[in-house]
Amino acid sequence: MDFKYSAEGLFDEMFSHESKCRDHYQGYQQWLQAMSSDQFQQKQREADLLFHRLGITFNVYGEDAGTERLIPFDTVPRIIPSEEWANVQKGVKQRVSALNQFLYDIYHDKNIIKDGLIPEEQVFANEQYQPCMQGIDLPNNIYTHIAGVDLIKDDKGDYYVLEDNLRTPSGVSYMLENRKMMMRLFPELFSKHSVASIDHYPSLLLKTLKDSTPISSPNVVVLTPGRFNSAYFEHAFLAQQMGVELVEGRDLFVKGSYVYMRTTHGPVRVDVIYRRVDDEFLDPLTFNSGSMLGVAGLTSVYREGNVILANAIGTGVADDKSIYPYVPDMIRYYLKEEPILNNVPTWQCRKPEDLAYTLDNLADLVVKEVHGAGGYGMLIGPKATPKEIETFRLQIIKDPSNYIAQPTLSLSSSPTFINDGLAPRHIDLRPFLLTGAESHLVPGGLTRVALKEGSLVVNSSQGGGTKDTWVLEGATC
Amino acid sequence: MLSRTASELYWMARYLERAENTARMMDVAFTVSMMPDTNVAQEELSAQLKISGSYDFYRAHYEEINTHNVMHFFSLDENNPSSIYNCISYARDNAKSVRGKISSETWEAINVSWIELQAIKKKGKIWEVNAFFDWVKERSHVFRGSVYSTGLRNDAFRFIRLGTFLERAGNTARILDVKNQIIRHEQETESIEYYRWNAVLRSLGAYEAYREIYGDKITPEHVAELLILRKEVPRSIRACLEEINDILAAIEGEVGKSPKRLAAVQYSRVKYGDSHHIFVEIGLHEYLTDFLNRINAIAESIHSAYMEAV
Repeated sequence: MDFKYSAEGLFDEMFSHESKCRDHYQGYQQWLQAMSSDQFQQKQREADLLFHRLGITFNVYGEDAGTERLIPFDTVPRIIPSEEWANVQKGVKQRVSALNQFLYDIYHDKNIIKDGLIPEEQVFANEQYQPCMQGIDLPNNIYTHIAGVDLIKDDKGDYYVLEDNLRTPSGVSYMLENRKMMMRLFPELFSKHSVASIDHYPSLLLKTLKDSTPISSPNVVVLTPGRFNSAYFEHAFLAQQMGVELVEGRDLFVKGSYVYMRTTHGPVRVDVIYRRVDDEFLDPLTFNSGSMLGVAGLTSVYREGNVILANAIGTGVADDKSIYPYVPDMIRYYLKEEPILNNVPTWQCRKPEDLAYTLDNLADLVVKEVHGAGGYGMLIGPKATPKEIETFRLQIIKDPSNYIAQPTLSLSSSPTFINDGLAPRHIDLRPFLLTGAESHLVPGGLTRVALKEGSLVVNSSQGGGTKDTWVLEGATC
Repeated sequence: MLSRTASELYWMARYLERAENTARMMDVAFTVSMMPDTNVAQEELSAQLKISGSYDFYRAHYEEINTHNVMHFFSLDENNPSSIYNCISYARDNAKSVRGKISSETWEAINVSWIELQAIKKKGKIWEVNAFFDWVKERSHVFRGSVYSTGLRNDAFRFIRLGTFLERAGNTARILDVKNQIIRHEQETESIEYYRWNAVLRSLGAYEAYREIYGDKITPEHVAELLILRKEVPRSIRACLEEINDILAAIEGEVGKSPKRLAAVQYSRVKYGDSHHIFVEIGLHEYLTDFLNRINAIAESIHSAYMEAV
């Protein structure tokens, strides 16, 4: 396929500024040139049809509630050379390790606060801080068994962490299904390129979950809110891949000091719960009393150490945007190392001088709600109309501590198949780190792509798509 | 296995079997309703509403019993809980809840039925009536075939098959009962009676079997004997009960003694039953009514033993 492609002003993953194909895309480009646009379109349609038939969908909330949608899948892979990946891997492990130590610390001795690195109220007044976790010792002191770290590249090609996801990060099923789809559509690509394998993720996940308890051969289950949840496909997929039960709150009950599941052979004890239900809904006795999704009494069993929850209760305080600015300091504090991955410079509007700077520079900044997620409730200054900026300004002034501001990073672009040719679209990357007795980062991750021209919002709820992510085993294809 | 999983698998299979049974009956009813005699057509359509137990519900929603209305009611009407549309949608909901417990091919079989059904529903009505019912039967074959050829032989497999055969046994009994009553109440010519019994056999896929076993002449006694007592006919009550009995016996554990006992007793009653006992000593209608009560008792007992909260 011959294509005219211009990613001027952007950092493109495939082409350098002189429109030269980068080394690690050379092999792919050769293959691409032999493909016709029609062939490509045909493959794209095939992918859509297969995803639909297989029911690899997500559920939509809000206006179209109850409908199932496909996450658009782009057949052009995002390729990462091995050396670059090695750095990402080190950086993610370092970061999550520090965040884990931070969680242990704030639920125990609170040294980081006593030493004045983080203001007390930022931690204890945070809604995500769970007092019920104070003084509780978890096996190996692990809070975040599964973490997803969102990475982007700026216009120079340097990695930045946009967000840490330490509660119930999702997307790993798409990482796995996207690879399966690519291998089905383009088997020849994989015989030519040495792409690192990712399909051992479910067995690593199971091992991580089993390692999280001192019990030998524990009974592991996946807890889902049910089939109406947006990530239900993933819950069912992971349970099935691991060969464990997928349970809902109503399948579990607490008796004595243990959790049991209701089976056709009577009650069976549960030792490890990979829960995809938020803290708030886990246990109506401790948290939201109206929750139908949880298990009454679960927290007390957990506190006694008779069941493991992955991730632990109360991890949300560490991935909150109000804590984010302190992560580089945490790394220095706990690990005595310099951060490998950059943090995006962040102005905290709760500080008067930061607020003043933010209000003066709204047109150039990205402003986010401290507890927001999914790309909602944010202002992208350079893309907003003057009217939108003014509306947002009023919101910030009303409640400054609810906002942070960051410079607009331009996100790297990747060639993406749009209509009948390739066009540059912005992407990010979410690799998944598993922390057990040892930690594992499967070589790959979920690459999300903003399909709208110029858009920086990659969230699937807002028109984002996904790509297969290739980590090469050598420097080039 | 989780109690909820057992329940979802069982109901998934029941709903799909129900969709297939409805398609089978409507396929034949449609043909009969095209006959020149309007009384016969009317009777045939009413019979379908009675068999499915939805006569009153239908009257509340439709003014007239005519072919078009009844076909719509049983195929795509979302208000009718036992329409084919709803049965397949419920089955797909169940399947989605337990997709990790069925093979990916079985899931795909159900999901594709549902996707294609959405497309049919969008058109508003079924245009090719027989083609639609053939499609339903075919999708049902694909489902069962995938279960049979890709499903692990474990309790998941057993609960799926239990759902299929319990639904099927009840359905065969209801068809026989309703048709038998209509025919006995009407003063009919022999040719119409022949037509009706012929329709029963065809809707249960047992026409060839009848010919093979009894030859040309169709008599009510032989039809009933075939569909109740003959073990080689796959939709006969005996064949269904044999499956139910075997499946329940294969489920390990102590909790299912009550459904196992009930099924074993009922299986023996049919296995050692004979036509004289059914037709002369008891009467077909009484026999079938009693049977339907018993099969319901087995279903309830399965529910409380395996599927309800501990």
